[in-house]
Amino acid sequence: MEDQESTVIPSIQVGDWVESGVDWLTGNFREIFRTFSDVLETLINGLIDALLFVPPDLMIVVLVLLGLILRSWQFAVGSALGLSAVVAMGMWEAAMQTLGIVVFATVVAVLIAVPIGVLAARNRVVSNIVQPVLDFMQTMPAFVYLVPAVILFGIGFVPGLLSTIVFALPPGVRLTELGIRQVDAETVEAGQAFGATPRQILRGIQLPLATPTIMAGVNQVIMLALSMAVIAGMAGADGLGKLIVESIARLDVGLGAEAGLSVVVLAIYLDRLTASIGGSGSDKSLGALIRRSRGRSVAQRVTTGI
Amino acid sequence: MSAIEAHGVFKIFGRRPERGVRALQEGRDREELRARGLTPAVIDATFSVDPGEIFVVMGLSGSGKSTLIRTVNRLLDPTAGSVVIGGTDISSLDGAALRQVRREKVSMVFQHFALLPHRTVGENAAYGLEVQGVNRSDREARAEEALGMVGLDGWGASLPSELSGGMRQRVGLARALAAGTDIMLMDEAFSALDPLIRREMQDQLIDLQQRLDKTILFITHDLNEAMRLGDHIAMMRDGRIEQIGTAEEILNNPVNNYVAEFVQDVDRTRVLTAANIMEQPVALLGSGAGPRAAQKLMREHQLNWLLVVNRDRTVEGLLWSHGVASAVHDGQDALPLYRDGLRFTSPDTTLNDLFAEAASSPAPLIVRDDAGRLLGVIPDVTLLAAMGNGQPGGNGETPGVSPHDIQTPIDGSTAEVV
Repeated sequence: MEDQESTVIPSIQVGDWVESGVDWLTGNFREIFRTFSDVLETLINGLIDALLFVPPDLMIVVLVLLGLILRSWQFAVGSALGLSAVVAMGMWEAAMQTLGIVVFATVVAVLIAVPIGVLAARNRVVSNIVQPVLDFMQTMPAFVYLVPAVILFGIGFVPGLLSTIVFALPPGVRLTELGIRQVDAETVEAGQAFGATPRQILRGIQLPLATPTIMAGVNQVIMLALSMAVIAGMAGADGLGKLIVESIARLDVGLGAEAGLSVVVLAIYLDRLTASIGGSGSDKSLGALIRRSRGRSVAQRVTTGI
Repeated sequence: MSAIEAHGVFKIFGRRPERGVRALQEGRDREELRARGLTPAVIDATFSVDPGEIFVVMGLSGSGKSTLIRTVNRLLDPTAGSVVIGGTDISSLDGAALRQVRREKVSMVFQHFALLPHRTVGENAAYGLEVQGVNRSDREARAEEALGMVGLDGWGASLPSELSGGMRQRVGLARALAAGTDIMLMDEAFSALDPLIRREMQDQLIDLQQRLDKTILFITHDLNEAMRLGDHIAMMRDGRIEQIGTAEEILNNPVNNYVAEFVQDVDRTRVLTAANIMEQPVALLGSGAGPRAAQKLMREHQLNWLLVVNRDRTVEGLLWSHGVASAVHDGQDALPLYRDGLRFTSPDTTLNDLFAEAASSPAPLIVRDDAGRLLGVIPDVTLLAAMGNGQPGGNGETPGVSPHDIQTPIDGSTAEVV
């Protein structure tokens, strides 16, 4: 491709450098990448197998009950209808494969994101380094990760999984940092004034008070993971994404619609569920009711000194 | 030994704050430092707090009082100077030793309560003990006891969000009490409460302080609160302590115009006490004397009343000039003592409470100590004058008495006893 050339600025071959970098990695560390890939593949397959081992009917009952406990009966009814529709359309297996990738990627992303967020909240230097890296991860078009990931890890779940993690990570870090920074300064001072160690302050004050914000971050991670899991279908990861890619290739409008609707059901279910874990929570949920009544009785025991 | 002793404490915000300390010591003012990017919040603060007293630091917002209190437990590190708590200079302590001091010696109550919303009231009150590593059953018992002291029995199971502002601050107080430290720092602890609740909390604090003998460093921007609570008051302005003294000293002898202007709006009737305005009687009559001696004394001094005292200075009664005149006229030997209408008061009764008592009798108020010995008198005119301009000693009809003299019991030489 010809482009306008400047007489002042020399041209640089960033593309060539990255390419030779990836070549060098594959040339020298092929075995390590393959082994890593195999391990991940085994783990994700195990998770998906477990999800598929449960009969769809039973799985729906479990998911609906979860919705009832954590949110409301209205949500439970809605998710029962939506999930049944997924089964009716014959999309259950693909949906569970996608769910597996999303769950796995989310867990890994949160495990990485929260500690980084905590570090960034406590240290300006870390924060200043982390910010541009997150910007890079979030704005670099997702497809760009996919190609080197496929070269390094081969076709299958793993490249999709890894690019999903990279793509979904940033809001987890950002909202953890934000959540901890916006904890009332006087409350943290109270911890210090009573002689709490930094660890006691983090665990007893900052993390609990930042939980709603951190959970909003986890919710974002899940939603990004879901959208990326569909793109991961291009790299050969089984699931709804792969069906959508197929439907585009074959111009199969029907398949595309069915797979697409299933993604929507999964997305809404995961979004509402994680949003209600986020703390503010609705009072209509069974869980909130149970928590309230149990909280009372425990606290009463505390005050009566039994 | 003082409970808290601060010496030459500076706190300056900005880059390389030490240069600010030097500049201030060389006599530059705050504005010059501002221009160099430094914000001096506390300048050369020196004070000492005795064990078991309430020491109030009073100043408007921006005067540096909240910064000052935070240097006492090193939530903020002083830029220069030393803070000694119970004999330990905390300026040089490392993290662990400092935490030890905060756990065992100094607790704190915050302006906006700073409770943990996800924990119950009981768990909040037990927070200091939890940090100290006290086991669950002990800390629950002590937290419950502390909640009882602040009048929150039975609230341990509630969440802070279910409590009113005043009750939340009681939890904050209970948390500090439960920690079991001798010293409590209170940073504008009652400022966020409405006036009625604030007054109630002040009463409770005074009561608790007397029962538990805590040393309290109290920060406020409310002068009336400072006057009510403080055994000593430090007036702060622009980072400097302008004056330290008792409420009376600051009211009656302000060191400069700033303090004087500040205190002019204070409700003196709540601060000044009987001891501040009482006068020495011009003359006293011994209880063994007769009506003729009384009449002579009253003529000499142009009095229309005269107190009769016993040898131990307890008050026997009061004579009116007309009563004495008719007793002399009738040739009686017994003094026509007036006793039923006499009003007595203690030296620490506030002016506010004196008005009601004074109004009910034509006789002057008699100030006496716990043993019933006469300390002084307050005629109506003196009380009215005190209300009018707040100056002790009245308006020249009677000899002016300085506040220092009037607190000492009358000695015989100042009043003529026959």
